Amino acid sequence: MHIHSYEKLWLGMALLLIVGFIGTITYGTVGAGVQMVDDSGGNVEPGNVSEHEEFGEPGVEKVGENEYDVHVVARQFVFNPGSEVYGAIEVPVNSTVNFYVTSADVIHGFSIAGTNANTMVIPGEVAEITIETEETGEYGIVCHEYCGEGHHNMEGLLRVVPEDEYNGSTQ
Amino acid sequence: MSTQTDQPSFVDRYPEEAAVVRRSLLVAFVMLGIGALMGLVQALHRTNVLRIIDSADYYTVLTAHGVFLAIVFTIFFLVGLYQWAVTRSLDRSPVDIRFTHAWATMMTVGSLMAGAAILLGFIDEVPVSADVLFTFYAPLQAHPIFYAGLAIFIVGTWMAGADWFRTWLAWRKDNPDERIPLQTFMVLTTMIMWYVATLGVAVEVLVFLLPWSLGLIDSVDPLLTRTLFWFFGHPVVYFWLMPAYLLWYTVMPKIAGGRLFSDPLARVVFILFVLLSTPVGIHHQYVDPGIAQGFKFIAMTNTMFLLLPSLLTAFTVVASIEHGARQRGGTGLFGWLTALPWRDPAFTGMALAGLLFAAGGFSGMVNAGMNINYLVHNTLWVPGHFHLTVGTAVALTFMAGTYWLWPQLTNREIYSRPIALAQVVMWFGGMALMSNAMHVAGLFGVPRRTAEPQYSFDFPALFGTIGELRLQIAVGGTLLFISTVLFLSNLAFSLGTPKREGFGQTIPPALSGPEDSPAVLDNMKLWAAIAVVLVVLAYALPLGAIISDNGLFGVGIEPYPMLVRPLFDWAGATLAGLAEVIA
Ligand code: HEM
Ligand SMILES: [Cu+2]
Ligand SMILES: [Cu+2]
Repeated sequence: MHIHSYEKLWLGMALLLIVGFIGTITYGTVGAGVQMVDDSGGNVEPGNVSEHEEFGEPGVEKVGENEYDVHVVARQFVFNPGSEVYGAIEVPVNSTVNFYVTSADVIHGFSIAGTNANTMVIPGEVAEITIETEETGEYGIVCHEYCGEGHHNMEGLLRVVPEDEYNGSTQ
Repeated sequence: MSTQTDQPSFVDRYPEEAAVVRRSLLVAFVMLGIGALMGLVQALHRTNVLRIIDSADYYTVLTAHGVFLAIVFTIFFLVGLYQWAVTRSLDRSPVDIRFTHAWATMMTVGSLMAGAAILLGFIDEVPVSADVLFTFYAPLQAHPIFYAGLAIFIVGTWMAGADWFRTWLAWRKDNPDERIPLQTFMVLTTMIMWYVATLGVAVEVLVFLLPWSLGLIDSVDPLLTRTLFWFFGHPVVYFWLMPAYLLWYTVMPKIAGGRLFSDPLARVVFILFVLLSTPVGIHHQYVDPGIAQGFKFIAMTNTMFLLLPSLLTAFTVVASIEHGARQRGGTGLFGWLTALPWRDPAFTGMALAGLLFAAGGFSGMVNAGMNINYLVHNTLWVPGHFHLTVGTAVALTFMAGTYWLWPQLTNREIYSRPIALAQVVMWFGGMALMSNAMHVAGLFGVPRRTAEPQYSFDFPALFGTIGELRLQIAVGGTLLFISTVLFLSNLAFSLGTPKREGFGQTIPPALSGPEDSPAVLDNMKLWAAIAVVLVVLAYALPLGAIISDNGLFGVGIEPYPMLVRPLFDWAGATLAGLAEVIA
């Protein structure tokens, strides 16, 4: 096959670029440890969420020295906890927070505005994401997947408070 | 734009085929018009500039926008263009034109059914709706006529492909030793990719969603159906793109005054699309729970390699245009750019489309980066990206291509060349504005698919303000809408320009022709087989894992809204509702 020399050069550079991209992402995963949401959260039956031992009483739970588990149930059109009716999610600063999010009805999204925390919430599945709280403040939680006609009203709040103000309850 | 030549035009030589092409383009453009109106409503509503609809109806609008533009407009233009390309490049009619009419009718009927289901969502009295967006994720549920319409539409496209393969086989009998003409090669490879890709959505709709919406099965698994959707959802973007590439490779060099640089490379590019388009769909599910990280990683690697055909295209297209410019007397390292036919809306439209495609390519590389995806997933960045690709590289190329093709299909000149030129430039400007603002807003975390992205908290804007970005989206969207109106009215007025002879156009052979490439490139069976193997490798394990976790039909999943009723109730209620509206 006849290939022009400039074409060969271009082809070489294109391949280099591609391999470079794959390399960077591999580094991000292996080196920097950016893990993708995966199947580690397990499954839960959407109809039985209220009887589930964790999701039946969702909320913040201290599980280690500076580590907290937060179970959240998304349903049309609220996060429990997170949305106003259930109260904001409150965690102390300088801690590791593991979110476990599932849906009791349709597909939703869960993202914490201004951060990298972002996952789909799929009925039947539990999404597990971990964040480190580095700065105090209020962060909006958005449902970013269309979930029905009230979708635009579906929001919540995460409050990262100083360690000494943290009292361990959802409010 | 077509200028007068002495040759008979396509419609002179193939009147019946030209009628099919015209009709397909007509459906495409009607959809473009409705879709653009919806786009304008969205751009103004989201940004709170003007809210003429209830926010609950926003999602009906958005479903129509997505389905009418991304599915119906693009694919109807494709079948029209491909019918022209096959007929022209093989220089022969379909084996049986009645079959050609049959698929065009199937596709139209399917679109009307799905379209009706969506639009009836505006009328609360009628128990029919399909407010499920173009991705129709279960357990959101649409009326069965939506799913049935989609299925009929897709079967119509399968028949179109069969029609073109049949024409090619008939040609092959008469020309046993010739290489497949390039345009036909592009059509056939596109369709192989399409057959592989649509398997996912066909199973999703026929085995799961349609029976479920009819009440024949109780539940479906949201993750499984979603994964089947994306099995189809990524390659569909190449189904949009490949007809645009066909125009860039075969028509654009000609308009620029030159010839395609390399025919062999064009073939390689299309084969790469056949092989790599489908085993990547999981990159739309990077942040889905329930799918192991390893599968995401494999999809990411394949996706990166899928950059290759587009990077090669950039080279060949630019080289061909440069050749054209030099033929026209252009000189210098960049000076040749001034020798290009910038006053020709067909050329300028395609060139601007290509330019924004390059920008879209960059934002696409970001999307593809698995761990960077956390930042942009489901934010406004994503529609910002694909309005550059399908919304411009494809849509603007189609419009520009129409300026060139239309006279050959009708024997009538385009009504106004200056308006056409203004139209393509306006699309470019409007899209640059809208898409740029969408990208930036997405980086701040503003979500897509939302009627009112105004929450009780503020998004942390790093530069500029959210207010400025909103204004840019509204202004950009308005320019795009005006551009669409200009396009459609220019075309409508062209129906009234006097009929003339001699609009025929030829496409010159490539500088480096097919004889420079190995014959194995034309072995369709081989490429189809490898494509299937790659898809099995990429999907067998993830699908198997989902099914072994959740079963085939999921557990305890209820449909929303609660639409499922026995079949006969459905028919009764639907008819009663329709009768009420008509009365
Ligand atoms: C008049 C020109 C257009 C305007 C003003 C426009 C505007 C918009 C806006 C503002 C959105 C975001 C809505 C949201 O996420 O809330 C959107 C979504 C979308 N647009 Fe366009 N658009 C135009 C043309 C096109 C074209 C030509 C195509 C494809 C051929 C297209 C395909 C889409 C798709 C697929 C979506 C996503 C729908 C979804 O999320 O379900 N648009 N458009
Ligand atoms: Cu939502
Ligand atoms: Cu994709």
